[in-house]
Amino acid sequence: MSQSVLVIAEIRGGKLRQVSLEAVHAANQSAGGAPVDAVIIGSGIIPVASELAAYVSGKVYAVDHPELASYNAPAYLAAVNGLLDERKPGRVFLGHTAEGKDLAPLVAAHLGAGQISDVIAVSDSADGSVYTRPIYAGKAFEEKAFSGGSGVVTVRPNNLPPAAQAASPAEVVDRDYAPASDLRSIVKDVVRKAGGKVDLSEAKIVISGGRGVKSSDGFKPLQELADVLGAAIGASRGACDAGYCDYALQIGQTGKVVTPEVYIACGISGAIQHLAGMSQSRVIIAINKDPEAPIFKFADYGIVGDLFEVVPLLTEEFRKVLA
Amino acid sequence: MNIFCLLKQTFDTEERIVIQDGQVSDDGVKYVINPYDEYAVEEALQLREKHGGTVTVVSVGPARAAEALRSALAMGADEAVLISDERIQSDEAGIASLLQAYISKQPFDVILGGNFSVDTGGGQVAVRLAAGLGIPHAASITSLDIDGTAASVKRDAEGDTESLELTLPALFTAQQGLNEPRYPSLPNIMKAKKKPFQTLSLDDLGVDAAAVAPLTKRLGLSLPPERGAGQLIKGTPAEQAARLVELLRTEAKAI
Repeated sequence: MSQSVLVIAEIRGGKLRQVSLEAVHAANQSAGGAPVDAVIIGSGIIPVASELAAYVSGKVYAVDHPELASYNAPAYLAAVNGLLDERKPGRVFLGHTAEGKDLAPLVAAHLGAGQISDVIAVSDSADGSVYTRPIYAGKAFEEKAFSGGSGVVTVRPNNLPPAAQAASPAEVVDRDYAPASDLRSIVKDVVRKAGGKVDLSEAKIVISGGRGVKSSDGFKPLQELADVLGAAIGASRGACDAGYCDYALQIGQTGKVVTPEVYIACGISGAIQHLAGMSQSRVIIAINKDPEAPIFKFADYGIVGDLFEVVPLLTEEFRKVLA
Repeated sequence: MNIFCLLKQTFDTEERIVIQDGQVSDDGVKYVINPYDEYAVEEALQLREKHGGTVTVVSVGPARAAEALRSALAMGADEAVLISDERIQSDEAGIASLLQAYISKQPFDVILGGNFSVDTGGGQVAVRLAAGLGIPHAASITSLDIDGTAASVKRDAEGDTESLELTLPALFTAQQGLNEPRYPSLPNIMKAKKKPFQTLSLDDLGVDAAAVAPLTKRLGLSLPPERGAGQLIKGTPAEQAARLVELLRTEAKAI
């Protein structure tokens, strides 16, 4: 394709998100020789822009302004509109993150482009790139392509490899941002979830609690194991509905779909909706008191036992072994 | 307050997916309101309870989607609109255009929808609609308070909680936990049959099928590889823990 390709990269906690490098990889694969540029939006972002530049073959555009410190839909769209109109990219790539999911359709609407969301693989065909994505929360997969016009793609974290370093770092170009005076949507406050905890969608190891944890305190042994392993905590719908944890942790057909290397399900029976959210994990471990729990039918390793006994013992074992 | 609620009819989340002749089979499938859209309907009803006004539920879909709209009427929505036409082949962009063609002609204060649909899950339609209507939006909301034309929302952004203020008219998409959707009461189920229900074709909307042609195409469908049962680890809890760690390091090479 002759049109350029643009990646809208993302910063979280002051750092370049891993998924942005995965988006650059997808962009490189789809570009078919066209230049791949990136844009990064935020405040005080020059160090991150320089880091990103190592992976980008075209240019890195930096839109740096105090008002852009936190994601805000109309402000971020205003930050890229000018670039979209000038460069007229044929493809725009973002991570399928809270920010990416929100910004992508706005970009697609601005470009009059189609959008393919939550892509887990990119392959080539004679007519261009083919994007694989889960449907029915991963109970099936579809392969999609754009019908000839421009397109926006969001990539699911942790599924594509990150881009390799470019032959030489990209030039970082500053772009002006003129704050709008009439924003009809303002961010008043952002409360980050408890610091130091690993992001569920990008985690390599997920430890999940179900109704079997019996209370919000019941997550403590899981969190201790997670701390030793550098893992993220997830939950089944049953645990969330029972009030043991926030819905932000829910994994399943309603909730998040994750693809970690290791998924440890504690006190989770394995309802089909939960499976839909984690069945693509590389290794699945189930710990449950009930030997008849459906989850044992497709876990790679199962322990029939009391999670309150087994999980602390696992924590000890891993502590010993990883020391 | 004029409240519009976007709704999609989807498979029940219990359904297993079967692929037949290159399509997802709908043989014997149970259909429901997309679970996230249910939160939107409930929120619309609660807004009406607080502020007065009308709740209109709108869907783009085949004729069978009428059932999902009637369920929303049975929950307490006032009116339903089904945009349905055999010539509609649209993907998310076109569906947003169709909704825009209808809603832009109505007075509206609040538009609510679900975060994403549990079938195709693109999560685009509602936000595209907001862009098309030129109104602000907040997606994945976990709380909503309205005072005059000021809306205060909290939204879930991957576990972070963002607090936003928007000026109405505005569009919101619902995250799980926004509320607890009510079950239709028997009186409401009976009343639902008599509530205004419009079916609109492309001609009624004044939209050409070509204008909402799909911008993406599906080239293939597949099922994930089967996962069989693995091994049960026996012994005392201490033995099980030790054995699991050993297997994860040596056999699975995972940790």
